[in-house]
Amino acid sequence: MLDKTGAELYAEREQRINDAMALKETDRVPLSMFSHFWPATLAGITFEQAMYDYDAFHDAMRQTLELMQPDMYALNQTYICVGPTLELMNFKQLEWPGHGTEPNVSFQFLDREYMKRDEYDAYLADTTDFFLRKYMPRIAGAFEPFAKLPYLPAQYYFKMIRVPTAFAGDEMIEGLEKILAAGKEMRKMMGGALKFAKDMAERGFVQSIGGSAAAPFDNFADYLRGSKGAMLDLFRNKDKLLECMDRVADCIIEDTIIASKNNPSRQIFIPLHWGLDNFMSPEQFELFFWPPLRKVLMGFIEADLIPCVLWEGDCTTRLETIADIPVGKAVYWFEQTDMGLAKSVLGGITCLRGNVSSSVLITGTPDDVDEECKKLIKVAGKGGGFILDGAIGLPDEAKVENVIAMAESVRKYAN
Amino acid sequence: MSNEKHEKLVNLIADMEEDEALTLTQELIDEGAEPTAILDICRAAMDIVGQRFEDNEYFVPELILAGEVLDQMSAMVKPLIADTTDEEDKVDSGMVLIGTVHGDLHDIGKNIVTFMLDVNGYNVIDLGVDVSPQAFIDAIKEKSPEIVGLSGFLTLAFDSMKETVEAISEAGLREEVKIMIGGGQVDEQILNYTGADSFGLNAMSAVNQCKEWIGEAA
Repeated sequence: MLDKTGAELYAEREQRINDAMALKETDRVPLSMFSHFWPATLAGITFEQAMYDYDAFHDAMRQTLELMQPDMYALNQTYICVGPTLELMNFKQLEWPGHGTEPNVSFQFLDREYMKRDEYDAYLADTTDFFLRKYMPRIAGAFEPFAKLPYLPAQYYFKMIRVPTAFAGDEMIEGLEKILAAGKEMRKMMGGALKFAKDMAERGFVQSIGGSAAAPFDNFADYLRGSKGAMLDLFRNKDKLLECMDRVADCIIEDTIIASKNNPSRQIFIPLHWGLDNFMSPEQFELFFWPPLRKVLMGFIEADLIPCVLWEGDCTTRLETIADIPVGKAVYWFEQTDMGLAKSVLGGITCLRGNVSSSVLITGTPDDVDEECKKLIKVAGKGGGFILDGAIGLPDEAKVENVIAMAESVRKYAN
Repeated sequence: MSNEKHEKLVNLIADMEEDEALTLTQELIDEGAEPTAILDICRAAMDIVGQRFEDNEYFVPELILAGEVLDQMSAMVKPLIADTTDEEDKVDSGMVLIGTVHGDLHDIGKNIVTFMLDVNGYNVIDLGVDVSPQAFIDAIKEKSPEIVGLSGFLTLAFDSMKETVEAISEAGLREEVKIMIGGGQVDEQILNYTGADSFGLNAMSAVNQCKEWIGEAA
């Protein structure tokens, strides 16, 4: 490996990943590096430092890539190095180190009702206005003044000429200044992250995520209605919820295609939260969850993007349903679903990814990890179409020696 | 339960017909039905809901809706009942202390388990989220539960569960309680790691575990 140039390594790894996604046989099973705070664990910095000290986290990421030598990696900075921006925005949907959690405890999303039960009509009538004047003011202090904006589609001629006055009030000016500061901070962070990615690419490391998206139901259950509200809406607001699923699918497709246009990877990361076996019935899944998600997947595939869906939890009863996608155009990453079973249903249809269990990576021995990886490589890797990864990437607390064992396994065992 | 309307109400609740169930509840109250009879109807309906959940006919959305219907019905009849609380009714039932362990703020799994234990007649004390080992110990000393349930969604919960079990042992209380863990990525490996007595993958396994340990609740 070390006698190859960065460009050679990059080309080799990119080809290996592309072949796996296209269900072709590869010289060995490719390895993915996906994590949240594990690089901080490796580098011995706190999670709080990881969120605030960009250079320290770049270095932690560099150490992780050098240690694992993965075939692809997620540019974690984009969702870890956000502490200063969160503060400047006064973001309210997360608690994070120093702001609700301890220095070495991961940020956590606050499951709340951010859209009320009786706001479906407002959402459907004018989604952008609902976001601008209702939703955004609820989720970030910097956006609060937007609640006082006039209803823009009603403005014309001299009324339109007076619209700027809404932007000149003290509260609005303060809010806009916070947004400006947050935007500059995020640009600064992203500038560093992109430079990191460029340096790493020159050394042969390939990025895995070219964009991210939510399943339409998760978009509602996580970020708008809250999990409880969304579950109740399956009964109380069934028709409007379905109408919203269709609407939000269109929004997600349009935004993701535009946002991922200039990124080096064509993979769109779609982590799923509420579609798993124990949460909703197969009938509910097939009505509320799968059709709008499939619409999103098809929208991406038609735009030549590769949806990489992380099926959290156990999705055994979903396998037959979700097999209904074009061959070789997506990646299905399973957390707890048995990979042998997944391979038997989905092998030959979609590339599989996963799923070294978090419990073994955290509490097991390198031998335990080796054994699990060997089995995954033999079973899921058979005939190609498999990428080795943790069940949800590397858990924050994984032992270093266990991560090394996982990384070595792809070079040790033939599929 | 011979009354036809009572039977109808049981089925409306069990079949997730929220509006009709609440309308009929009001009708029964207006007709002078005994509040305790309505609470009996709730229990009968929840037996059906619990059974359907166990049989994989119902899932989390049905449990949440049933909980909402029950809350609304309780609110409708509570003003009519003399000053006796559910907790007093359940004083002889098995007691389960439950909480999401230190560092973890997730509560959906814990709430569902709490709800299912509650409707199965157990006296559940919910300590909330981000519960420290000391808070569990204090509550064990104060309430003397038979069972402690540790919930956690994040992988950080593995260590928090282990620390909590160890702290309970160090406080000399390990023999007093059975400890069950659950949530997120908890599995057999984590059961061994934490030193708890049992782990479960869903709310019904928590109920069944409690039944096995301390029998059916009153």
